[in-house]
Amino acid sequence: MIRTIAMRELRSLFLSPLAWAILAVVELILGFLFLGQLDLFITYQAQIAVLESPPGATEIIVVPLFSSATVVLLLVIPLLTMRLISDERRQKTLPLLLSAPVSMTEIVLGKYLGILAFLGVLLAVILLMPFSLYLLGPLDSGLLFSAIIGLALMIASFAAAGLFLSSLTNQPTVAAVMTFGLLLLLWIIDMVGNAGGGGSELLKYLSLQQHYQSLLRGLFDSSDILYYLLFITTFILLTIRQLDAERIRG
Amino acid sequence: MTQERLLQVKNLSRRYGAQWAVQNISFEINRGEVLGFLGPNGAGKSTTMQMVSANLAPTTGSIVINGIDLFEQPRAAKALLGYLPEQPPLYRELTVDEYLNFVVRLNGIKKGAQSRAIAHVKERCGLGDVSGRLIANLSKGYQQRVGIAQAIIHSPEIVILDEPTVGLDPIQIRAIRELIRELGGDHSVILSTHILPEVQATCDRVQIINRGELVVSDTIEGLMNRMHGSTLKVALRNPPSVDELKSLSAEIDEIESLGEGHFRIHFRPEQSPAELLVEQAVAKGWGLYELTPAARSLEDIFVDITTSEHEPLELATEQEA
Repeated sequence: MIRTIAMRELRSLFLSPLAWAILAVVELILGFLFLGQLDLFITYQAQIAVLESPPGATEIIVVPLFSSATVVLLLVIPLLTMRLISDERRQKTLPLLLSAPVSMTEIVLGKYLGILAFLGVLLAVILLMPFSLYLLGPLDSGLLFSAIIGLALMIASFAAAGLFLSSLTNQPTVAAVMTFGLLLLLWIIDMVGNAGGGGSELLKYLSLQQHYQSLLRGLFDSSDILYYLLFITTFILLTIRQLDAERIRG
Repeated sequence: MTQERLLQVKNLSRRYGAQWAVQNISFEINRGEVLGFLGPNGAGKSTTMQMVSANLAPTTGSIVINGIDLFEQPRAAKALLGYLPEQPPLYRELTVDEYLNFVVRLNGIKKGAQSRAIAHVKERCGLGDVSGRLIANLSKGYQQRVGIAQAIIHSPEIVILDEPTVGLDPIQIRAIRELIRELGGDHSVILSTHILPEVQATCDRVQIINRGELVVSDTIEGLMNRMHGSTLKVALRNPPSVDELKSLSAEIDEIESLGEGHFRIHFRPEQSPAELLVEQAVAKGWGLYELTPAARSLEDIFVDITTSEHEPLELATEQEA
């Protein structure tokens, strides 16, 4: 049943021009950045090579690319998630799901997996760029793997937050703005943490970026993974709760 | 028709803030019955439909579908329900076939039976010609039919239709009514509406809800009986005064003078003063030349019942909104 709902979500996404436009724009911007980094690497390759432990192509090309990718996705994912539930409400299609023999958890998970499947396609398209480097020579596979995990978890977290905020309103644009605001806040919250002062450790821990940075350095720490999983679970549970509460409150 | 109880609703209430939208409603439906749910706008019809279809949790009360409690075993109970809300829940970016394919899976129909269920429902709702078209491009009538198809695709025991003919043209309305009658054969149907002829044309039993409370629950025949004979139209050539007419019988409630010797006499049901009137008219030479028992329309009854507390209807509607 979850699969049925997820497939419907995915189909509707691909039927909207928005999804295609986003795929194209993301690929264009990241492709541009990728080529820039590649150019940089080729120019300085000779000078770097004489260093004692020279940074490889992975550090110079892939890590900055992934860093930029999250910023682009931070802007773009709210536009994809905004319609998840708010649009069902606006088009009055929610009763179809609610009176069908499925539970609220299945509905929410189905929607979430549907958007994840689309974001999986987006991720795959992005990953084609670093993978293409394998044609030219070896990469640091461990670092690459850790960075991919980081990017994937980051995307999944963005989507979970977007799902929840979409359940709060029946206007997709409002959902998009709120999602963007929340993600940006969680992104920059560690600035305050880095500046020192009270509660800075907590703020640093809450920041989405902190955990991503360590994965991008190739530090595969389970506490970082756990942070993302908790983040995702929290927002999914909040969404289920929100929809259930609505049935009771009306 | 077997007298099998398919739906039992007991003491259903729903509160929005301090306002009771529905208060203490109880009713039952037997298999094969079409139940009309009547009421002015804002009386609590849609709220009741939403509760029975599991879209809204009631504040108190229980709903049992074919022996299965909707709140204890929601999944099993919801499998027996088909619901068409006021606005059909359609994904406009899908084609009719894609949409029905999704709905059939959503309702958990086994793989082998899916295409049969879709073909059957398309034939039944006359959707064969439009199956490849986008729902967004269909006319309102066809969209409504897709909505009904969605509600009956899994052959539910109970079909709930919330104002299914709003916004349709007369030909479409007739087609949809026929479909509803047909559905009544093997499903039970709850039809919520404020269009009275619709009820007369399609329903076996009628319930009238006003300001959140059930005020009448009767068969169509019962209602028809109420409609007949509680008014007489009389025409006299030499009319006496209204007071003299009224003094004829204690059973006369009210007499309206329509001018030129025409009167409308309202009396208590089953207590017709016609005989007495004729005798008196002959004895006193009033020159009786017309005497017609006037049937009241369903509309009169409806207006009577829903405004019986001598409060303007508009006020009631506002309160419930």
